[in-house]
Amino acid sequence: MNLFTDAVIAALILTNLRLIASSRISACIYAVACQGVLLGVLPLLVGPQHLTVRACALSAATVMLKGFFFPWLLLRALRSVSVRREMEPLVGYTLSLIIGAVLLATAMWFGRQLPLPVPARSPMVLPLAMFTIMVGLFAIVSRRKALTQVLGYLVMENGIYAFGLAFALSEPSLVELGILLDAFMAVFVMGITIFHISREFDHMDTDRLSALRD
Amino acid sequence: MTMIALLVLLPIFAGLAALVVRSDPFRRSILLAAALAHVALTGYAWVYRPAAAFSGWLLLDDLGLLFLAIVSFLFLAAAFYAVGYFKKENWGERQDFAEDFLFTNAREATFTCCLLLFLAMMSLVCLSQDFGLLWVAVEATTLASAPLIYFHRHRRSLEATWKYLMICSVGIALALLGNFCLAVAATLGPDKSVPMLVSSLVANAGLLHPLWLKVAFLFLVVGYGTKLGLAPMHTWLPDAHSEAPSMVSALLSGALLNCAFLAVLRILQVCMAAGQGQFGQKILLVLGLLSMALAAVFIVAQTDFKRMLAYSSIEHMGILSLAVGLGGAAYFGALFHAVNHSLTKGMLFLVAGNILSAYKTKSAPDVRGASKLLPVSGVLWVAGFLAITGSPPFGPFLSELIILKSALDQGRFVVAAAFLFLLAVIFVGMAAIVLRMFQGTPEQAGNALAPDGSVVSSSESAFAVIPPLVLGLAVLVLGVYLPPALKGLIAHAARAIGG
Amino acid sequence: MNYGRLALPVLALALAPLLPGIINRTKAVIAGRKGQPLFQLYFDLAKLLRKGAVYSHTTSLVFRAGPVVGLISAAAVLLVLPLGGAAAPVTFSADLIFLAYLLGLMRFFTVIAALDTGSAFEAMGASREVQFSALAEPVLLMALAAIALAGQSSGSPLHGLPFCLSVIYSRLSLATWMHSGPALLMVAGALWVVFLAENSRIPFDDPNTHLELTMIHEVMVLDHGGPDFAMILYGASLKMWTLGALLAGLIVPVRTGNSFLDAGACVLGLFVLAVLTGVVESVMARLRLTRVPQLLVSAGFLSTFALALIIWS
Repeated sequence: MNLFTDAVIAALILTNLRLIASSRISACIYAVACQGVLLGVLPLLVGPQHLTVRACALSAATVMLKGFFFPWLLLRALRSVSVRREMEPLVGYTLSLIIGAVLLATAMWFGRQLPLPVPARSPMVLPLAMFTIMVGLFAIVSRRKALTQVLGYLVMENGIYAFGLAFALSEPSLVELGILLDAFMAVFVMGITIFHISREFDHMDTDRLSALRD
Repeated sequence: MTMIALLVLLPIFAGLAALVVRSDPFRRSILLAAALAHVALTGYAWVYRPAAAFSGWLLLDDLGLLFLAIVSFLFLAAAFYAVGYFKKENWGERQDFAEDFLFTNAREATFTCCLLLFLAMMSLVCLSQDFGLLWVAVEATTLASAPLIYFHRHRRSLEATWKYLMICSVGIALALLGNFCLAVAATLGPDKSVPMLVSSLVANAGLLHPLWLKVAFLFLVVGYGTKLGLAPMHTWLPDAHSEAPSMVSALLSGALLNCAFLAVLRILQVCMAAGQGQFGQKILLVLGLLSMALAAVFIVAQTDFKRMLAYSSIEHMGILSLAVGLGGAAYFGALFHAVNHSLTKGMLFLVAGNILSAYKTKSAPDVRGASKLLPVSGVLWVAGFLAITGSPPFGPFLSELIILKSALDQGRFVVAAAFLFLLAVIFVGMAAIVLRMFQGTPEQAGNALAPDGSVVSSSESAFAVIPPLVLGLAVLVLGVYLPPALKGLIAHAARAIGG
Repeated sequence: MNYGRLALPVLALALAPLLPGIINRTKAVIAGRKGQPLFQLYFDLAKLLRKGAVYSHTTSLVFRAGPVVGLISAAAVLLVLPLGGAAAPVTFSADLIFLAYLLGLMRFFTVIAALDTGSAFEAMGASREVQFSALAEPVLLMALAAIALAGQSSGSPLHGLPFCLSVIYSRLSLATWMHSGPALLMVAGALWVVFLAENSRIPFDDPNTHLELTMIHEVMVLDHGGPDFAMILYGASLKMWTLGALLAGLIVPVRTGNSFLDAGACVLGLFVLAVLTGVVESVMARLRLTRVPQLLVSAGFLSTFALALIIWS
C-alpha cells in the first residue's frame, strides 16, 4: 500500500475526530477546511496512474471551494453573529468520541463486507467515506448550533465525495461541477439563513427553534 | 435542441430580468409573460415533441412531459395570483397577527427572481434524463425555493426555512450517495460502465449489479422521499407549507412534490427493468400507507387550516407512493392522481390565502361564515375540500377509484381496507374543520371585524379568485371527462414505468 | 533466564532517577533559571532514607505495605522490559499483560494506602487516579497490540513467543515504519498521552503543586514520609522509565542486532523523551479536570484506529 495515501486517509479520519471532539466552533471550521484540502488532493493519489488535466482542474476546484472558500464563508458568518463560540453540544465530548470510535469500527467492518463489482482503489477509502458520512450525520443531530449543523452537512457531503472516489467513479464533468455548485449554493444560502436567525433570535441554537409544531 | 433548452433558459433569463427591473408593474408583467410563454412552450412541445438535446441528457419523454405540463399550468395560476398578491401586499413594516412582533417582506424583485428560477429548476427536473443532472436539479429546487418560504421576514417563517433547507439538503445528500451506488451498480468492468441515462440503464438493466442497485434504490427513495414528504422524513413539510405565502405553498405542494415523485419514478423504472421491482414496490407501499396514517392522525387534531392542507399533501404523496407500490393498473391511477392532486391542492392553497388575508388568522376555529364574507372563495373552499377527499364528481374520485380497484383486483384486501379506512378518517377530519369555517356568520370570527365591531366587507379581486376558479373547473372537468390527449399521455407514461 | 541480560534492569535501577532530573533541568533552562542539579532525585532519596517515618494511629498495615509493594512491582516490571532491540532477562508469551497488571498492582496499593489514611482529601485523589488510569490502561494495551501486529504484518519472520514484549520490540524496524508509518505514528501519539498521564505530568497533572484541589497523583502520597516516601519516589521514577522505554523503543527503530547499540539508542531516546516532556511542561498549562478523560479517550480512539488500520490494510 502507498504510505502517502495511507497517511492522507488517516489524517482525514483524524479531522473527523477533531470535529466531534472540539469545543470551539472555529476549531471545527478549521478541521473541516483541512478535510476539504486533503479530500481535494486525494483523487490525485488514488486516482488513475497518469494525471489528466481534468482531474487536476477538478481537484483544484475542490480544494479552493471546500478547503478555502466554505471555511472563509463560515468564519465570516461566525464573526458577523455575536454568539458564544462554544459548541454546547447535546451529546458530551467524551461520549461523542466513544460514539465516533463505534462508528469507525462499524464503517471499517461494513466496508469489508460489501461486495465490490470492481476493486476499490485503496482498501481504506470506502471505510473512510462511510465513517465521514456517519460523522456528518452525527454532528447534525448532536450539535445544536445552526453553524455546526452546516459543518455536519459539509462533512457528510465530503464523505459522499470520498465514496465516489473509492470507486474512481467518473461522472461527466458537467455533473461534478453541478454538484460542486449546488454545495456552494447550499452553504451560501445556509450562511445567509444563519445570519438572519442570529439577528432575529439573538442565538442560533436550533433546538430552541420550536415555535412550529403540532 | 433549442426548444428543450428554452424551457429552462426562458425562466432563468426572465428571473434575471426581474431582478434588475425597477418598475413594479413591468416586473409583474415579466412574471406573467414568462409564465404564459412557458405554458405556450410546453403546449408546443406536447404537440411537436422536441428531439433529445445535449447527447440525450435532456429529453422530453411521456413521463417528463406529463409532470412538466402540471408544473407549467400550476405556475401560470400561481403567477396570476401572485400579481394580485403583490398589489394587495403591504410592503412596509407591520405587525404579525399571531405574535405581535413587527416584520417586513423580502424585496419583490428578489422574490420574483427566485420564483422564476424555481420554475426553471423544476422544468430541468422534468427534462433531465441523466441521474446526476436530475440530482443537481432537485437540489437546486430546494435552494431556489428556500428564499420563497422566507418571504415574510419573521421568526416562524425563518424557522420553517431553516428546517426546510437543512432536512431537504441532508436528504438530497443521501440521494447523491444513492446516485453513486447506482453508478457502482452500473460499473461492469475496470473501464466499462453503463451511462447514467435513464434510457441506457433501462436498456442494460440486466447487467446491473443487483445488490448495489437495491442499495441505490434505498438511498434514492430516502433522499427524494424526504423531498416528497413521505412519512418518517416529512417533518419539514407542514412547517414550510404553512409559513410560505399561499402561491408558494401551492407551488411547493402541487409542483415541487411532483418533481420529487418523478425522481422516485425514474429509479423505480430502472429497478423494474432490472427485475428488482418487487423489492422497491414493497418499500413504497409501506411508506405510502405510513404517510397516509400519519396524515390522518394529524389532520383530525388540526386547528391550523394551512397545516391541514400540508398534511393532506403528505396523505396524497402517500397515496401516490402506495399506488406505485401496487403497480399494474395503479400506475395509471397514480399518474392521474398526481395531476388531480396538483390542481386541487393548488386551488385549495390559493383559496386558503384568500381566507387568510380576509380573516387574518390561520386558526380554523377563528374563521366563521366564509360563505357570507367571501362568497366565491367560500364555495371554492368547500368544493376543493370535496375534491381533495375524493368525492364525486371531481377528478381525485376517479383516480382513487382506479387505485382502489387495482388493489382489489390484485387481491390485496388488507391494503385496500386500510386505504379506504384512512380516506374515510381524513374525510371526516377535514369536513369538521372546513364546513365549520364555511358556516356561521362573520360576526362570530373576531379577527375579521373592524375595530367598531362591524363586518369589514372585503371584495374578492379577480386576481385572487380566477386562478383557483380555473383550477377548480379543471378538476371538475377531469372528473367528468378525461381528454383523449391527456389520457393517451398518462397511459404511455404508465407503460414506460412498467405497467 | 539469561544472566547477561540482567544488565538491562540494573541499568534501569541506576538511571531511572535521572529522568525527573532531566525534565526539571529542561524546564529550568527554558524558564531561564539555573535549576536544581541533574542528580537531585538521588540526593533526595539518600536524604529520605536517613530519616525516620511517622505513622498515624488511624492507619494499619496496609498503609505501610503500599510503598513496599509499589516499589517491588515497579522493579519486577523491569524484568520483562526490553530496551529497543535488546531483549529483557525474562521472556514469556503475552508478558505485555504481565507488565500492565504489575503497573496496576502498584497503582492498587498506592490507592488503598491512600484510602487507609481515612483522609477525604487523599480519597479524592485516589478516585481520580483510578478513573484516569481506567481510561489509560486500555490505551496502553491497544497500542502494544498494534505494535505487535505491525511487526507481524510487515513480513518479518514469525519467530518467538506471541505478544512477548521483547519479541515485539525486536521485530519492529525501520521497514515496519516504512510499511505502516501513519498507524505507528498514531500509536506513538497514544503512548505519549499514556506516558504523560500515568506519570502525572502536565497537561494531566502538575507535579509542582502539592496543595491544590485538582491534583491527582501527589495528593495520595501526602501522608508518607521518610523511607516510605523514598520508595514511592523511586517507584515513580521506575514507572516513568518503563513507560518511556516502551515509547522510545517504538520511535527509535534502531535494530542493529547488537544489544549494546540497540539499548544505548533506546536510552538516548529516553533522555530525549525526558527533554520533550520538559518542553511540554514549559509551554502548556494543565488541562481542566473535565477535559482529561476526553484527551485519554482521544488517545484510545487513536490506538484503536491504528490497530484497525494495521489489521485491515
